[in-house]
Amino acid sequence: MAFKYFPHTDEEVSQMLERIGAKSLADLYSDVPQELQQKAEYQIPEAMSEMEVRRFFNKLGMQNITLRSFLGAGYYDHYSPAVAQSIIHRSEFLTAYTPYQAEISQGTLQYIFEYQSMMAELTGMEVSNASMYDGTTATAEAMMMAVAAAKKRSRVLISDTINPFVLRVVKTYAKYQGIQVDMIPAKDGETDHEALKAELEKEDVAGVIVATPNFYGIVEDYTGVADLCHEHKALFIIHCVATALSVVRTPGEWGADIAVGDGQSLGIPLSYGGPYVGFLCTSKKLIRKMPGRIVGATRDADGKRAFVLTLQAREQHIRREKATSNICSNQSLMALYVTVYMSLMGAKGLREVNATSYSMAHYLAEVLTSTGLFEMAYPGKPFLCEFAVKTKLDIEQLQAFCNSQFMQCGLKIADNTLLLAVTETYSREDCDNLVEACVTFNKEQEGCKL
Amino acid sequence: MNNKFYGKLIFELSQTGRQAYSLPKNECSEYALACLPSHLMRQQAPLLPEVDELSVVRHYINMSNNNFGVDTGFYPLGSCTMKYNPRINEEVATHREFVGLHPLQCSETAQGALAVYYCLQTCLADISGLSEFTLNPYAGAHGELTGLMIMRGYHMERGDLKRTKVIIPDSAHGTNPASSAVCGLEVVVVKSRPDGTVDIDDLMPLLDETIAGMMMTNPNTLGIFEHNIGKIAKAVHDCGGLMYYDGANLNPMLGKVRPGDIGFDIMHINLHKTFSTPHGGGGPGSGPVGVRAGLEHLLPNPRVVKVSEDGFETFKLQCSDQSIGSISAHLGNFGVMLRALAYILTMGREQLKWVGPLATLNANYIKESLKDVFELPISGVCKHEFVFDGLKDKTSGVTTLDVAKRLLDYGFHAPTIYFPLLFHEALMIEPTENESKQTLDEFIHIMRQIAQEAKDDPEMVKTAPHNTPVRRLDDTLAALHPVVTWRELQAENY
Repeated sequence: MAFKYFPHTDEEVSQMLERIGAKSLADLYSDVPQELQQKAEYQIPEAMSEMEVRRFFNKLGMQNITLRSFLGAGYYDHYSPAVAQSIIHRSEFLTAYTPYQAEISQGTLQYIFEYQSMMAELTGMEVSNASMYDGTTATAEAMMMAVAAAKKRSRVLISDTINPFVLRVVKTYAKYQGIQVDMIPAKDGETDHEALKAELEKEDVAGVIVATPNFYGIVEDYTGVADLCHEHKALFIIHCVATALSVVRTPGEWGADIAVGDGQSLGIPLSYGGPYVGFLCTSKKLIRKMPGRIVGATRDADGKRAFVLTLQAREQHIRREKATSNICSNQSLMALYVTVYMSLMGAKGLREVNATSYSMAHYLAEVLTSTGLFEMAYPGKPFLCEFAVKTKLDIEQLQAFCNSQFMQCGLKIADNTLLLAVTETYSREDCDNLVEACVTFNKEQEGCKL
Repeated sequence: MNNKFYGKLIFELSQTGRQAYSLPKNECSEYALACLPSHLMRQQAPLLPEVDELSVVRHYINMSNNNFGVDTGFYPLGSCTMKYNPRINEEVATHREFVGLHPLQCSETAQGALAVYYCLQTCLADISGLSEFTLNPYAGAHGELTGLMIMRGYHMERGDLKRTKVIIPDSAHGTNPASSAVCGLEVVVVKSRPDGTVDIDDLMPLLDETIAGMMMTNPNTLGIFEHNIGKIAKAVHDCGGLMYYDGANLNPMLGKVRPGDIGFDIMHINLHKTFSTPHGGGGPGSGPVGVRAGLEHLLPNPRVVKVSEDGFETFKLQCSDQSIGSISAHLGNFGVMLRALAYILTMGREQLKWVGPLATLNANYIKESLKDVFELPISGVCKHEFVFDGLKDKTSGVTTLDVAKRLLDYGFHAPTIYFPLLFHEALMIEPTENESKQTLDEFIHIMRQIAQEAKDDPEMVKTAPHNTPVRRLDDTLAALHPVVTWRELQAENY
């Protein structure tokens, strides 16, 4: 049985069995009826040595193709600092559990406190929880929070301009919670405020969810929306792209009650969809309605300032079915990642990231549309680093062509519409290459027609 | 881990004008951010620290030194399965060819990643005796919610709408009832017998046409195998309900029992427990959900399927209207899956089957070595974990909390305390298969020593810990007067 993760020698196993009063390891399962015990061997592969494991994953890795994808849609390829990567691999952070024993978990508790402080700053809200799984589930939790706060209302309005990948998760939660989700239509890529007003006037809405920047990359104007929501006793929830909040007007500044979203854009590697980190920030008034862990300051027996998990009376391990949510853990290590990232970048670095992304995206929009093959889907609308274009090109064939050149032309979001995102990790040359590929593709297509 | 308290916050290191990043020059600066309309822009910059790179590194390393992890020492936290987190898993998870993939890349360009997903779901199906797994849920509780949605979805699609209750034992993890509530199910609690197993006489009258199913942890949170599971599953199935297996305690079953073989229809697995991925201070985890044959169509969107075209096997993403819907943005915590698959491949079928018996051996060894000084409410063989009800001699007034805090002084993490709620002084110990006899013997020695200290110098134990970076903390102060951000901390002059 000698194996690198099994420390016992045969002799030790015998000694231990003797103390227990059992004859064999099988004896330890004498309470499990024979007919319930596993008969057949596992079919999983035979054990691999470390070198073979490496080879296995290297081989699979080569079956992926690394692309300059111009993809965003909620997840952005931003610069990932070496320091952030290295800190999350510090084993005292990596191999710890939830900080139940605060006296030997001050490292975790402190960074969560820093995380909460930074997310509250970024969103312009008063408080943040210790993080959620991701942006989609955080938005679903915000919806449930609004319904719980409203007590007798169970209808939630969501803008049509929200990320559809977020919407589909929110809708799943809503279905099982018995929450009615109605969409607020979009006008020219922006939330139709008149339609929103009409729905709110039915006086049965618990919460309103909008987005900044929205799915099409547009920075919407929410002037007056908070007052409108509050007039009709609905909570105003803004789903945000985290990094953008360092430059665009924040949920706090718009007067929102809850800010949610994904923290991935704060330098977390794309990793094919996760792990990322969700954030949920709100006002101090609503803190006891919040889901998830919260870390607070306190003092030890000697009067030293330190940190603990707090307000746990909201949580599942105490309140069981009456808890504010079923969430147990947070996404701690990724919260650490974004905390280190924000420490490194500071407000100035975050602004620079956005300024460069803005420049590159506007450059790409200009050169793409100047080919005549694309036009802006929402001309004149203000955008940061992402925009939608319409094209007459066959998108499937265009993508196959781009893939062959180690690129992807963003994401197809409608029959003739593409959504493209550009960040500071893209160069002017990357943009030029994409435009050239599109032009070449078009020439080949026209050549075929002739 | 060292015992010198660091305690500074990064904000306290900030000096205006410092920076810790470098970015390439903006090649298109002719397009300026300042062109955006000012009323759409942030009015005041966020209060973030201004620090240099070395200060950031030192700050977080000093903080980590006040943290205890599995790599630091023995972590017998019951129901959390604090295994060794192998380094090869970390190496695999940071592989460049996986880390750079965007979740919306054309699936033709992510075949390696999809193969990882498919391979892991196939392995989990074999290990559990179920038909198919989704790896989309982000954590154990998220898996529970997904599994319960499948349970409800199964009844809803048959038009059986009155099944709105779920039966949960009183010993269950708090997430079980909480997940049920989020899924819109009403919780019905079934009592435990004195031996810790489900009271069948209490269960039977609960079974009627309003029952959607039953959630169980087996072995339960007392580490006891529910030997009546065959009978229970039959009764629940006979009344039309489904059986849900909470995989939090799957570890002792490896090599011995497959949930799918003993009557369970749906289950979740915590990859961060049974399959060795790191807990990360509370996440990221991963909570794959498996179902028996006939329920696969209800699994959340998207599913990863293998298709054969022109003799080539490829992997595709599939969405279906029959599904419960999406419960995560894309395919879940992919980085965690890479680690879990690396673990399964390292263990192989030869080693994986020994995990259960060796974890069980370690738990029983501690239990038998300490039951003369700690109160063992349920005797007999346990599985991977067991519960003491405080010290045997309670005259000193030393509580479970005190014992837990004193353990910290000796360089051990404390067991889970005051759970399950069936006993007043619960102390739940789970050693895992990775711990050596030497470590267990040291732990046993210290536990006995603490029992002795409780007699000789109870005050010292009651005021523990004494050698940790901070002393016992005031939880009440934190809850009565919540201070949860740096801004508040400054305003309060904390």
